[in-house]
Amino acid sequence: MAAALVRRTTATSLLRIHPALLPQQGNLSSYSSYSWGKKIVLGTTGLLTAGGLGLVAALNHSVKATDLILHPAKLPWSHKGWFSSIDHASIRRGYEVYKQVCAACHSMKYIAYRNLVDVCHTEAEAKAEAEEQFIEDGPNDQGEMFKRPGKLSDYLPNPYANDEAARSANNGALPPDLSFMANARHGGEDYIFALMTGYCDPPAGTELAEGQHYNPYFPGGAIGMAQSLYNEVIEYEDGTPAYASQLAKDVSTFLRWATEPEHDQRKRMLLKVMVFFSIVTPILYYYKRHKWVLVKSRKLAFKPRSPPPS
Amino acid sequence: MTHPIRKTHPVIKIMNTALIDLPAPINISAWWNFGFLLGMCLSIQIFTGLFLSMHYIPHIDLAFSSVSHICRDVNFGWLLRVLHANGGSMFFICLYIHIARGIYYSSFHLYFTWMTGVVLLILVMATAFLGYVLPWGQMSFWGATVITNLISAVPYVGSMMVQWLWGGFSVDNATLTRFFTLHFILPFVVLAMVAIHLLFLHQTGSNNPLGLNSNAEKIPFHPYFTIKDLFGVVVMVWLLMILVLSGPYLLSDPDNFIPANPLVTPTHIQPEWYFLFAYAILRSIPNKLGGVVALLASVVILIILPLYKNKFMSSSFYPLNQMLFWGFISIFILLTWIGAQAIEEPFYTSAQILTSLYFFYFILSPLLSVLWDYVME
Repeated sequence: MAAALVRRTTATSLLRIHPALLPQQGNLSSYSSYSWGKKIVLGTTGLLTAGGLGLVAALNHSVKATDLILHPAKLPWSHKGWFSSIDHASIRRGYEVYKQVCAACHSMKYIAYRNLVDVCHTEAEAKAEAEEQFIEDGPNDQGEMFKRPGKLSDYLPNPYANDEAARSANNGALPPDLSFMANARHGGEDYIFALMTGYCDPPAGTELAEGQHYNPYFPGGAIGMAQSLYNEVIEYEDGTPAYASQLAKDVSTFLRWATEPEHDQRKRMLLKVMVFFSIVTPILYYYKRHKWVLVKSRKLAFKPRSPPPS
Repeated sequence: MTHPIRKTHPVIKIMNTALIDLPAPINISAWWNFGFLLGMCLSIQIFTGLFLSMHYIPHIDLAFSSVSHICRDVNFGWLLRVLHANGGSMFFICLYIHIARGIYYSSFHLYFTWMTGVVLLILVMATAFLGYVLPWGQMSFWGATVITNLISAVPYVGSMMVQWLWGGFSVDNATLTRFFTLHFILPFVVLAMVAIHLLFLHQTGSNNPLGLNSNAEKIPFHPYFTIKDLFGVVVMVWLLMILVLSGPYLLSDPDNFIPANPLVTPTHIQPEWYFLFAYAILRSIPNKLGGVVALLASVVILIILPLYKNKFMSSSFYPLNQMLFWGFISIFILLTWIGAQAIEEPFYTSAQILTSLYFFYFILSPLLSVLWDYVME
C-alpha cells in the first residue's frame, strides 16, 4: 500500500526522465527547463532553509545570552575593513599606555624593541626606548653576569622575575603575558576595550574576595586586576586628550598589532590576491568554456533507417 | 609510425595514462573536481609543513615560542603557518564534499577505491589531530588529553595503552615529540595511499552522475579535465587565500593562543570544527566506552556502503534517497554546530536525537532504494 501511495503521489512529477539522460537537450543552466511550479518550490525551499539557518543562529545567540558573561559590543575599529591598516599613531599611543600603566604587572615577552621600528617609532626612538631598560647579560670574561643598557634586539622586560613572584605580588593572580592577548580572548580587541572600561560596582548579592574587583566582561565577574585606566592617568606625547576611553582604545589597538605584527602586510597581500584572482579566474573560466564548447553543444540524433523496399 | 614520448617513456607514460590520455566520462560534473582539489590540498600541506618543520621545535618548553618565532621572525612565516592551519580546514571541506559526492552517486560500488578512500580519511583525520597538538597551546594540550584518554575506555588494557601512547603518565614532552614525528611521516603515508587510491580508480574508471557504464562516452583527461580541474584549483586557492588573508584566525580557538598549562583546564574543550560532528556523537552517549565506539563508528560506518544493492547506481534515479541524503547533510551540519556548544539542554537531547538519525540514515537509505526499485517495477 505504501508503495502504491508513493507511486501515485510522485508518478507525475518525479518519474519524468531526468534531463541528464537527454544530453541532446543539454543546457548550460540546469534551471531553464524547470516549470514555474518547480521554480517556486525550489525558491520556497531556499527561503525556508535560509530562514531555518537564521533561526538556528538566533537560538544560538539567545542561548549565549543566558551565560554569566557580558559579551562585549562590536566596535567600529578603523583596522576592521578588509583592506584597512592599523592606525599607527594609535599603536604608538597604545605603547605609551602599555609602558606607563600595563607594564607594571604584564609582560610582553614575544615583543622586541626592534619590532617597534618603522611601525610606531623611528630606529633612533626605538633604540632610546630600549636603552631606558637595564638588561642582565653575561657572563663576561670573568664569568660574572652584568647589567647593560637595552638594545634593539632585547625583548620588553618582564616586570617579575618569575611567575611565582608575579602571583605573590598580585594576591595569587598571575597577570597574563599580553603578546597574543588580542587573539587569546573571545572578542579580541572588543573584549580588551570592554574590560578596560567596564569596571563597576558589583550587583547586589555578589561577594568578592579580598583584592578582587568586579567587571561584568570578565568570566565570573571577579577579577584580580584593579581598574587602571582613568581620565588623564598618563599624558600623551602627541597631545591627544587622554580620556579613559581613548587610553583603552589605543592600548587595544597596540595589542592587536602586537598579536599580529604582520597585519598590514597581510591586508596588502589580500589586495594583490583579489586583483590577481579577479583577472585570472574569469580568463580561466572562459578558456575552460572555450575548450568544452564542442562537447557541450553537440547534438545526438537518432535517424531510423528507411524501411527496405517491399 | 612514431609514438610520442609520453606514450613510450617508462616514467612519463605512467603520468600520461593518469593525467593526459586517461579516458574520462564525458558527463562528470563539478563535484568530480574535488579529488584533484584534495591532491592540491595535500601538496599545499606538505609544502608549507616542510618549511614550518625547519623552524618548529618539538619540546614542551619551546614549542609555543617556536610557533611565535615562526609568525614573528621568519620571512613570511606567518603566511606559512596560517596557510597550513587553514589549509587543513580546506582539506576537510574538500574531503567531506568528496565523500558526500561518493555517497550521493553511489561511487562506493567502486569497492577498492572506496575502501582505500576510507583508510585515507582516517589517516588524514589522525594527521590533523596530531598536528593540532603541536603549537602546544591550551587547546592543543587539553584536546590531546581528552582524545588520547578515550583509549582508556578499552577494557582491561586501556590504561596501559594510553600510557604507552603518551610515553609517560600524562601528555608530556615524550607525547609531543612522538606526535611531531608521526605528524611529519603520516602525510607521506597518505601520499602513498593516494597513489593506491588512484591505481584502483583508474582500473575501473570514474563513476559519473548517471551511474551508468560510460565506456561509449569517454573523452581524454587532457585538455578537458586538466583545464576544468585547474579552474577548480584557482577557485579553491582564491577562497583559501581570502580566508588566510582576511581572517586567518577565524577558525582557531582563542585558548590556543595561551601556552599549555596542565594545571588550568579550559572551560570548553573542543576540537577543530572538522571533528565537531564526531565529538557531538561522542558526547551524546552517556557511557565512555559506548561514546568511543559511536565516535569510531561514525567514520568507519562508511565501509558498509558497498554492501548496498540497488538496481541503478546513482541517486539520480532515486528521488526519495535524494531527499534523505540532504537530510543527512543537514544532520551532519547540525551535529557540527552542537559539537561546539556546552553540554546542556537543549543541545544534549538534540545531539542524542541527531546521533540516532545519523546512524539511521545508513539503514534507511538502502531500504528506500529497494522500495523505489519495487515501486518502479
